[in-house]
Amino acid sequence: MTTNKGEVIIKVEDLHKVFGELHAVNGISEEIRKGEVVVIVGPSGSGKSTFLRSLNLLEVPDKGRILFEGIDITDKKVDINRHRQRMGMVFQHFNLFPHKTVMENITLAPIKLKGIKEVDGKKRAMELLEMVGLPDKANTYPSKLSGGQKQRIAIVRALAMDPDVMLFDEPTSALDPEMVGEVLEIMKTLAREGMTMVVVTHEMGFAKEVANRVIFMDEGVIREQASPKEFFENPKDTRLQEFLSKVL
Amino acid sequence: MFSNISDKLYKTLIYKDRYKYILDGFGVTLQVTFFAVLIGILIGFLVAAIRSTHDKTGKMKIANVICNLYLTVVRGTPVVVQLMIIYYVVFASAPVGKVFVAVMAFGLNSGAYVAEIFRSGIMSISQGQFEAGRSLGFTYAQTMRYIIIPQAFKNVLPALGNEFIVLLKETSVAGYIALQDLTKSGDIIRSQTYDAFTSLITVAIIYLILILIFTKLVSILERRLRSSDH
Repeated sequence: MTTNKGEVIIKVEDLHKVFGELHAVNGISEEIRKGEVVVIVGPSGSGKSTFLRSLNLLEVPDKGRILFEGIDITDKKVDINRHRQRMGMVFQHFNLFPHKTVMENITLAPIKLKGIKEVDGKKRAMELLEMVGLPDKANTYPSKLSGGQKQRIAIVRALAMDPDVMLFDEPTSALDPEMVGEVLEIMKTLAREGMTMVVVTHEMGFAKEVANRVIFMDEGVIREQASPKEFFENPKDTRLQEFLSKVL
Repeated sequence: MFSNISDKLYKTLIYKDRYKYILDGFGVTLQVTFFAVLIGILIGFLVAAIRSTHDKTGKMKIANVICNLYLTVVRGTPVVVQLMIIYYVVFASAPVGKVFVAVMAFGLNSGAYVAEIFRSGIMSISQGQFEAGRSLGFTYAQTMRYIIIPQAFKNVLPALGNEFIVLLKETSVAGYIALQDLTKSGDIIRSQTYDAFTSLITVAIIYLILILIFTKLVSILERRLRSSDH
């Protein structure tokens, strides 16, 4: 149950990313399979966000390759914009477009990039808004929403492009505690529906409950990975044991 | 007292149809300001686009150097000197009108200030907005167009409005190339009536009214654009 869910959707080969003196990602090779929910945990500064942001090239790797659905997206000749359309991303700080309504936030990319008709885009947006329980917010501006609502809309905005994989970069870290649950619920629903997800988070409960695989990163490398049960009940790496003793 | 004022007004504006100087000058000032604003926005937009693309992506190195040179020269020298250089040096032997020269000079000058206003606006939008756009699959240019620039424009509107007010007032030095703008017209009337008070105050009031109207227009536009903030 831990791996072999489906074909490989993202294949990372010997990834390196350096910021000045800091070797944020120091040689990672990894595979993400279709339908998998992979949760990445680790202390802050461990390179987990940089690794995640490399997957859609928001961080351009200094070395290594990333194959997305078989195509090397680190190749300069590849049109990265086309591939990003199929990789949804959710950010810690939501990054909704404040000058657009919720509906416009959701439909902007499908209409402009996929050439979807406005009526169809709106219809799809309403379905997704129903799913996250916010259909009444369609014509609201983001400034009127709570943090939890903003993040749910941000998830919808990414889903509206019908991505093959969803990347979550600490999606609940900027939320007030009482709003974390509503966002995690949506993510659980997505996981249940078979969405391929890579999630950087501090929510160990989510990792235990939803992940197929949990990865522990420290100092730019993967120190350990296992099924959630194995990961939390029987960690082998000493750094991971130390980390878990602090966060659990 | 009252008859004294109306006497002066009569002498300054009515006698020998002197109001025509004012009307002509007013037209020239408006014309120069309007076209200079257009050129200023065009240049400012281009320079800001090049400079912020360079800042964000490291591309367009040579274009960025040229832009920096332009900004340094324009902002480092007085507008009157620029105006005279363009009139007496650049277009010295070219058969172009004074209005054209003034439009070019003030437009080039304003472009430098507008460029920095636009650039500061683009830089004021968080990197997260940019990343959100790119992560959806928008190109750099599309992200700028649909996401960054609309927000940046809203943020810089007060500064932009202010720049145009400054520009309108700066055109008053057009007399240096013997272009008969509003200020020059007032000065011509003064030299004919020897009544400096009435002629110059008249000119000042016209500038003031123009600027009040313009300020009002900007604030209306600003309020409309702010509708998404609350």
